[in-house]
Amino acid sequence: MSKLKIILNGIIKENPTLVLVLGTCPTLAVTTLAVNGLGMGLTAMLVLIGSNVVISLLKNIIPDKVRIPAYIVVIAAFVTVIGFLVQAYFPDIYNALGIFLPLITVNCIILGRAEMFANKNTVLDSLCDGIGMGLGFTLALVVIGSVREIFGMGTWFGITLTANLFDSMTIFSLAPGGFFVFGCVIALTNKLTKGRVLKNHQEGGCAGCPAAASCAALHGGESQCVKAGEKEE
Amino acid sequence: MREILMILLGAVLINNFVLIKFMGICPFLGVSKKLDSAVGMSVAVIFVMTIATAVTYPIYTYLLYPNFAYLQTLVFILVIAALVQLVEIVLKKYIPALHATLGVYLPLITTNCAVLGVTILNIDEGYTYFQSIINSIGAGVGFLVAMVLFNGVRQRIEGNDIPKTFQGLPSTLIAASIVSLAFMGFSGVVEGLFG
Repeated sequence: MSKLKIILNGIIKENPTLVLVLGTCPTLAVTTLAVNGLGMGLTAMLVLIGSNVVISLLKNIIPDKVRIPAYIVVIAAFVTVIGFLVQAYFPDIYNALGIFLPLITVNCIILGRAEMFANKNTVLDSLCDGIGMGLGFTLALVVIGSVREIFGMGTWFGITLTANLFDSMTIFSLAPGGFFVFGCVIALTNKLTKGRVLKNHQEGGCAGCPAAASCAALHGGESQCVKAGEKEE
Repeated sequence: MREILMILLGAVLINNFVLIKFMGICPFLGVSKKLDSAVGMSVAVIFVMTIATAVTYPIYTYLLYPNFAYLQTLVFILVIAALVQLVEIVLKKYIPALHATLGVYLPLITTNCAVLGVTILNIDEGYTYFQSIINSIGAGVGFLVAMVLFNGVRQRIEGNDIPKTFQGLPSTLIAASIVSLAFMGFSGVVEGLFG
C-alpha cells in the first residue's frame, strides 16, 4: 500500500468515527462547538501518531502476552505530555475538553490502531496510518460539531450565521442533540457509501480492537461480549 | 445525610454518566440488546467503579499529590487494569457463582471510559473519600438505570420497519437521544427536593 493510500484509507474508507464507529464518547461529548471538535480531533491525532510510531518501533520487543498493558502505558504517557502542551498553548481548548482530555487514553481508536495496525506494520506506514485516522476523526468531529453549533447557537467557528434573526435550537447543544446529530451523520454516511457502515458492522469492523468486545458489540451482535453472554446462558 | 443523598441522586439522575455526560457509550450501545447482559454489565461496572475509586483516591491523595500529580492518568489506568485482573482472579477462586455471572464483563471494563472518568472526576470535584465512594456508586447505578431503560426502548425498535439508511446504529442513536431528552427533565429535581 502506498503511503497516500494509507492516509486516505483513514479519512474516507475506514473513517474511525463514521465507518468503524470507534471513540463514540468524545465524539458525542465535545462536539458542542466546531472548534472544540477540531481541538479534540487534533489532540487525539497527535496522541495517535505518537503511540503508533512508538508501538511500531517496539513491536518486536513487547512480549505478546503483556502487549495491551504496554500499549496503554505508551498511550497514557503521550496523553499526559500532549495534555500539558494543550494546557500551555491552548487553554480554552483545554478547558472545553475537560475530563475528555485524559480520557483519550481509553479511546478505542488509539488502542484499536495499535492492535490492528501499528504492531504489524513498519514505522513509516504506522505514521501515515496515525495521520490518516487522526484526520478522519478530526473531520468527523468538525462535521458533527459544525451541525450542532450552527443549529444550536447559530454560529460556526464563532462567526454568527443567522444574524440573530431567529432563535437557535439550544437542544442541539445539549446531550440529546449530540446523539441525534451523530445518528443522522452516520445515516448520511451510510447513504453515501451505499451501506458500508452497515456492512462493516455485520462483519465486525473492529474485531481486532482489544476493546472490541465492549464497543464492537454493536456490530450486529457479532462481538465476543454478546457471544460470551450467549454462551453463558 | 442530605449531602450524600444529593450526590447520589445527582449522579444517578441529573448528571447521568451515559445520557448526560457521555461516558461509557460503547457498552451502552453494544450490550443493551438483551436485558440480562445489560444488567450483568451494569453490576460489573458498579462493582469496578466503586473498588477503583476506593483504591485510586488514597493513591492520588497520599502518593501522587502534589509532586507527581501529572502521573494521574497513567497510574489510574494501570491501577484499574490491575484491579480488574485481581478482582477476576479473586472471584474465580472464592466466589465462582458470582464469577460466572460477572466474569465475562470484567475484562471489557478496563477500557471503559466511565471507570477512568469517575475516578478522575472524584479528584477534580474535590470530594472527600466517602463522598467519592458515594459518587461512584451513584454513577454506576445511573449506568444501570440507563442500560435497563434503553434495553426496553431497543426491544420496541427491533421489530419495526425502519428505512434502510437508518437501520442499526443510526436509529439506536436517535432512540438514545429521546431517552436522554427524558433524563433532562430531572434537572432541578434534586435541588427542588433538598433545596
